[in-house]
This record gives sequence, structure tokens and C-alpha cells, in this order.
Amino acid sequence: MDDIAIRVEDLGKRYRIGVAPERYKTLRDTIMAGVSAPIRRLRYGASPGYAGTGSSLIWALREVNFEVARGKVLGIVGRNGAGKSTLLKILSRVTEPTEGVAEIHGRVGSLLEVGTGFHPELTGRENIYLNGAILGMKRLEIERKFDEIVAFSEVEQFIDTPVKRYSSGMYLRLAFAVAAHLEPEILVVDEVLAVGDAEFQRKCMGKMSDVAQAGRTVLFVSHNMSAILRLTEETIVLEKGHLVYRAPTSQAVDYYMASGFTGAGERTWDSAEIPHEAAPFVPLALRLRDSKGQVVDTLRSTEPFQVEIEYCLDQAITGLRVGIYLLTMRGEYVFTSFDLDDPQQFIQMGVRQAGRYISHCTIPANTLNEGRYVLAVNASAFRVKRYFWDDHALAFTVDATGAPGKHWPEPRMGPMRPVLDWKIERL
Amino acid sequence: MTTEQFTKPQPDVLYLRPTRGLAALNLRDLWIYRELVLFFTWRDILVRYKQTVLGAAWAVIQPVIQMVVFTFIFTRVAGSSPEGVPYPIFNFTALLPWGLFSKAMNDAGRSLVTNRNMITKIYFPRLTIPVASVLSGLVDFGIALLVYIVIILYYTFAPGSTFTFTFTPALLTLPLFLILALVATLGVSLWFSALNVIYRDVGHILPFLTQIWFFVTPIVYSSSEVSGKWQILYALNPLTGVVEGFRWSLLGIHSLPLQLIVVSATVALLILVTGLVYFRNMERTFADEI
Repeated sequence: MDDIAIRVEDLGKRYRIGVAPERYKTLRDTIMAGVSAPIRRLRYGASPGYAGTGSSLIWALREVNFEVARGKVLGIVGRNGAGKSTLLKILSRVTEPTEGVAEIHGRVGSLLEVGTGFHPELTGRENIYLNGAILGMKRLEIERKFDEIVAFSEVEQFIDTPVKRYSSGMYLRLAFAVAAHLEPEILVVDEVLAVGDAEFQRKCMGKMSDVAQAGRTVLFVSHNMSAILRLTEETIVLEKGHLVYRAPTSQAVDYYMASGFTGAGERTWDSAEIPHEAAPFVPLALRLRDSKGQVVDTLRSTEPFQVEIEYCLDQAITGLRVGIYLLTMRGEYVFTSFDLDDPQQFIQMGVRQAGRYISHCTIPANTLNEGRYVLAVNASAFRVKRYFWDDHALAFTVDATGAPGKHWPEPRMGPMRPVLDWKIERL
Repeated sequence: MTTEQFTKPQPDVLYLRPTRGLAALNLRDLWIYRELVLFFTWRDILVRYKQTVLGAAWAVIQPVIQMVVFTFIFTRVAGSSPEGVPYPIFNFTALLPWGLFSKAMNDAGRSLVTNRNMITKIYFPRLTIPVASVLSGLVDFGIALLVYIVIILYYTFAPGSTFTFTFTPALLTLPLFLILALVATLGVSLWFSALNVIYRDVGHILPFLTQIWFFVTPIVYSSSEVSGKWQILYALNPLTGVVEGFRWSLLGIHSLPLQLIVVSATVALLILVTGLVYFRNMERTFADEI
């Protein structure tokens, strides 16, 4: 039985990260380090893994083992920084593993980011050829599929227009069309479906299941659990660089969604969990408080509750907004809200000074249906920088006792359970 | 099930593991991706003159203006007219390979960093990028060569001109000197492009390095002005051999400076080979470092 598409053994990848804000090495640094290294070594002795001052080593991926049979669609889930992207980068040969081996049977096509290599000054036609070549297609192959690609992308009228004049939707469609027609034996997909309109997403999903049905192997990374559930049969869960779970998708998704939560209605971050690009934003805690002010894991649908985010700013940040996303257990968004959603307040708080803060809000009574939900945290300056993002910060349960319609013991559809002002008029 | 499915060859197995020691040059990879090299070259050329009013005319204007400036300075001010050849021709002959070299060195030196978004996302042999930068310089070289022919014709047929272009067998060696120019250019480009990934200082060094290099190459003057005992040291600059080779081949200026060209060619080859080895060894960390 040698029908294996991918075999990964003890795969690991180590990165060197600067403790200080990352900056480019300069010759001077290297020369200075070269001069001082022997002295330091004399003083402290040579130790393996010692990386010099100002930098430390982290394993983005460690001791990962798995196999994928030909023609299977494997989902990969994990929180930010769990090592998903690193794994895909190794498998698509962008970067080398630090240890272990990955065995790849067949041509790998990667959709790590659609449109990579598109040049804004070139026309759609020119970009199809260029992008196809970058993805590893031969010119004849591109010529053969050209019409098909154009038809799929629906940009026929603009095919001789520079892509810088395209709308973002057209750009995306064209980019996906090229990549989707690559016909590799192994397709690696990272989060492409997070963008584009619903119609486009449906089309992409269709194309991807075609690829799978044609007997090719697909690795699919997504934060969207419903996409993972629809497309994959089996899923692996990565956590802090390790493969922690592998199971049929529905089981793996349940495991993932339930994992890593303290379950106490509070989530705190220690310094090791905060990526260094978050600076100067330091998240401290996310808490849920019931109407009495207690930190709780289970809330009542009929009572208002508070969400509070505690954080520190090491420096003032201009245009900062801190907010939450509320998601269902299946990863579908219920709503998004930021602490400066009020335009008046946003203008007043242009710059948030250094210091310690709590942003809190009240979710009104009779908002959520019973079930389990996930809170995600986002701290960003719009169109400038996303400082911090945890899409899986805290899970909590909503209990619907006393909620409208509870006298009928049936589950209600949808994540909302509002009290509506019904009137019955007899005509 | 069709027979095609039975006879379909098993796909190659690829083993991804950490490489240790010196990386293999593996130029076969580059050959497999030769079409990509051409696509990158084609892109560089297409993009270079997009949204310019004069378009490809810039490839003509740049060397001509350089030549006019040098002619003005070195004939009016310095009053030199070397080897009985009109100064513009003497100068332009050297500007042909110099233009190729300086442009490619500057473009290729930055090329990997410019294309970083591709390098961090997709696998393809990284060599294709600087190689394409050098090849796209070849197109400008071709245009400059046409301008050169026009200038030669002008000086040959202009009334009162003492210059006549003569076809000699030496002309047949011109492609060899062009190859030598490409070897030197590619070698230097590989070094700088790989260095620039890790040390962004390269971007700052390149402009004035180009200037210094320009003056230690016999472009505005003749290498015969360098005294004898320094000539071999002088030839360590591979561009010296290239420029003198061009002048000998096109203008028949004095005898072939063989010794000088051998030294230059050796140095050029050495730079290319070490450049390839260095590039290949740095390549594995490009995606992490860039």
C-alpha cells in the first residue's frame, strides 16, 4: 500500500526572533557580533542553541508526524501562531525545515495567498501568463487553459486592462482562477475563502471539491469551521507547534473549539503568548461579568452581561480601537463591535495615551440564543496596523431559561433570541 | 478505467529536509524553470517603461546623454582625443558593456527584496530573479548597440571626418566579450542580490560603488594611460578586460591586450562561481530572512 501523497516525520522549524523590535541586520551589527562573539564565548562558554544577545529561538513547529493518502482532503486548524502557515510553507518548499523530513509525492500547487506575483501595471492577460509561470505552469499549458481561466474569472471585458484598475473582487477572481487551474497533484490552500463575496466563495468551494473529486490531494487551512466541515473528511489540530489531535472532521472541530479554554469566564495572556508585533499593545485579560458583576462562564440569555478587555499601552497609539467579535462554535460570526464605534468618541480619542485601560460594554438582555459562543479580540488602527488579534480568546455558554418561547421545549434556530414586540390583531 | 491511467507514471517523490554543508549548485532546477526566467525578463522590460511618456526611447536617451556629457568634458576641458578615434565613439564603445553591467548590478542587487512577497509565498528557484534582471538589461544593450551603429555611420559618412569604420576579423570576437561581460555582471549581481536579503546596507552601497567602479574602469580614458606595472592589478577589475576587449574588437585600437583579458576573465569566472555558491547557500533562508 503505497498510496501516500504526503508523509511528514518529526518535522520541526525553528525561527530566530529578536526580543527587541525586529530590524534588519546591518553589516555593522554582524561585524560587532563577530568581534564580540569569541569574547562572549570565552566568558560564558559555548552552549548549543545559544543565539547571541537580543534574539531567542522559538520552535514554530516541532515533532509533527502525519500522512495523507492520495485523493484525501485534509483540514488543518489551529489558533494563530499554532504553526499552520509554517507547515504549509515547508510543504510548498518556500522554507526549509530545521529538522525532520517531509516526503511529497507529486507536484504541489499552493494557494498561500492568491495574486502573489501579480504586477499592477500589467494587464489581466499578461498577469495570467506571469502568474501561471510563477506557479509552475508551462507556457503551452497556460495557453491551453487560457480561455477557461478567463471564463472562470468573469473579467473578459477587462482582460487587456492593467490590473491596477480592477476592483478588488475582479482582482481576486482572476488570481484564484489562475491558481485553481494549476492542476497539481497536491493542492495547499490557506484561507483564500476568507475574502470575496458569497457568490465567489461558493464558486471557489465548488472548484476545490472538483479538485478533490478528481483524485487530487488537498490540504486546507481555515479559521472558518463551516468551510472545514463542508470540504474535509479528516482534520488535524495544531497547538503551539505540535500536532495534538487527528480525527474525522466533525470530531476534530469539536475538539478544537472546546480546547484551550479555561472555562472560568476569563482569559489572560502571559508574555509568551503575545506576538512581538503586538507592541506597544499588551493584552492582559478578557472577562465576562453577569448582571451582578461576577466573572462567570455561563450567562443567562434574559439578563444583560458585560464584556471587558483589560490591556496596557506601553506607548501612545493613534487611532487605536479595541473590540470583540462574537462567533458561534462553528466559527460563524454573529457580530463585531469596537469601543470607538461612536464617531463622536472616536474623534475625541484620536490618540490613546500610554497606560492601563479597561474597555467594557454591555450586551443587552435577550440577545443570544442558548448555546456555546466564542469571543475574539481585536486591537487595531484601521488601515494602519492590526496590533493584536486572538480569534479564539474565550468561550462561554448561554442559558436560555426564561427566554421567549421556552414553554415549547424545542431548540430554536439561529444565534439570536430577541424579544420581539408581537401584536396579534383580529381583522 | 483506461489504459492511460495504468501507464501514467508515478509522480516524482520529493524529500524536504534540512540541508547541511555546502548546497549543490543544482542548475538543472534553473533549466526546468527556464520559461519563468523568460517571463520575469519579459515582465521587467514591460514594466520598466509603462506609464512613461517617452517609453522605450529612454533606453536610447540615457546612454546618448551620458556620451554627450563625457565628450564635452573630456574633449573641451581635458582636450584628449585618444588613439585617433573620435572621442564620442571611443567613449560609447565602453559605455555599451558598462551600461549593461551597471544597470544589471543595480537592478539585480535589489531584485530579491523587490520580489519578497513572492519569495515568502511560493517556491520557485530564486536564481530566476537576478538572472532575469541581468537578461532584461540585454535588451537595453541591444538598443544601445543600434544607437552605436548610427553614430558609427554618421562619423564614417560625415563630410570632413577622418574616421572610417573597418571590418576586421576581430569583430567576430565581439560575442565572446559580450559573454565575458555577462559572466562578470551575473557574478556581481548574484553576490549583491543575496547579500541584500540579509544586509540592506547593499542598497545604500550600490549607488556610490557604481560611481567608483565607473572611474576605475577605462571608460572615459584609455587603459594605456595606466602605467605598465599597475596594469595587471588594474585588470583585476573584470570590466577592464571587457571594455578593452570591446574597443579592440570594434575599433581595432592597438593590439589585443591578451594578458589583461585573461586576468579579467579569470576574475569574472571566479566571481560568478563564488556568487553561485554563496547564493545557493543563502537561498535556504531567504524566505525567513527577507
